Amino acid sequence: MSHIYVNSYVIVAVFLVLGILFPIAVLFVGRLLRPDNPTPAKAVTYESGNVPTVDSRVRFNIRYYQYALMFVVFDVEIAFLYPWAVAYRKLGLFALAEMVIFIGLLLVGLIYAWRKKVLQWNSI
Amino acid sequence: MQWLWDQPLSWMNAAWFTLGALCVLGIVIFFVTYAIYFERKIIGWMQFRKGPNRVGPFGLLQTVADVAKLLLKEDTIPAKADKALFIMAPALAFIPSFAALAIIPYGMNLQFADVNVGFLYYVALSGVTTIAIVTAGWASNNKYALLGGMRSAAQMISYEVPLVISVVGVAMMTGSLNLREIVLAQEGYFWNWNFLPQIIGFVVFLVSALAELNRTPFDLPEAESELVAGYHTEYSGFRFAFFMLAEYVYLYAIACLTTILFLGGWNPPLPQLAFIPGIVWFILKFLAVVFFVFWVRATFPRLRVDQLMGLAWKALLPLAMLNIFITAAGIHWFGWGG
Repeated sequence: MSHIYVNSYVIVAVFLVLGILFPIAVLFVGRLLRPDNPTPAKAVTYESGNVPTVDSRVRFNIRYYQYALMFVVFDVEIAFLYPWAVAYRKLGLFALAEMVIFIGLLLVGLIYAWRKKVLQWNSI
Repeated sequence: MQWLWDQPLSWMNAAWFTLGALCVLGIVIFFVTYAIYFERKIIGWMQFRKGPNRVGPFGLLQTVADVAKLLLKEDTIPAKADKALFIMAPALAFIPSFAALAIIPYGMNLQFADVNVGFLYYVALSGVTTIAIVTAGWASNNKYALLGGMRSAAQMISYEVPLVISVVGVAMMTGSLNLREIVLAQEGYFWNWNFLPQIIGFVVFLVSALAELNRTPFDLPEAESELVAGYHTEYSGFRFAFFMLAEYVYLYAIACLTTILFLGGWNPPLPQLAFIPGIVWFILKFLAVVFFVFWVRATFPRLRVDQLMGLAWKALLPLAMLNIFITAAGIHWFGWGG
């Protein structure tokens, strides 16, 4: 029995753990080296030299949300595309026709969003 | 790591894996140090300047000095910031960028994890960095940071769609997502590499990769003229350095992936040149891609934000989908990809 499957995911886990430990270690070393001299003025939020006014967590433009929605739709499409792409040679023309229909439906959605000016970025 | 793949797992083998991962970490940090140096140097030359030339011979120690300076900087956390998230965000940006490197094959016998989902593994991890950037923007409680973070998230998710769809063509040609098999399928002369039959996919991939990396001409999230420094406005010292590190580790990952997916990986351009080891070819192609990224930065002005999103959804996405059907037709009627 081949152990390549288990070994590969152990390597992935090793990389993940190392990726977590490295920032912790470096920031710990940094804490030993860097000066620590906080004053209230340093802890003020930066606003190009002005005294910051009001909270910065304001109501946000709806456009970001629309893009996020579009992303969700197309990301799910990607999840369907990849298994199809990997198996394409074995599936043949019928699978191609199915994919034309599937992508066609999504393209209709894209064109609808386009016509509704969701993809238009006006200000900010 | 190939010789350990078929052995049952043991503590000894796990120690080897850890040692290998540490080597990768060292190589990546060396790459980042000199990528920053050569980026400044090359852009300097392209603009008839000298670039960094004071610290060490030819300025070679400039980045080392910069990193040492960042390490010795005081760490300020704004009073209004969400402290826990503020501290977590830089690490969260770096962790997936490094973990993504576990699957990259550098040569026939030089690969760590052999994961069958291959490219999807990279996509899944790089998506996490978007969360880190939004977190950083939100936790800073700073207007520039919030705007930069939101813009960055919108840009990264928008360009992720064409980026991933452009690789579907490669997956169809190979019938696999395993990066190793993708390279093996491109053996032979250089016209067997994927970048020629997949020319649309290749161009879409490169453009969206530049946008994913937040690099000029797509560096709007940190457009100095309007957003100061974007999502990392409030970060100082080594927390800031981790954002930079993550950005350059992604540059490394994307350059590796471009080499593997489209430029034939470790295959020589002509089979007659096979006496030169594969790793040399890999490094040459990798450096060419990195140089291209720097070159683009020196050449193109920054896009406007309204042009940015339009490009992803109105141009790149339809092109990437067109590429799928061209590939499907090519495989069916012209017998592409063996």
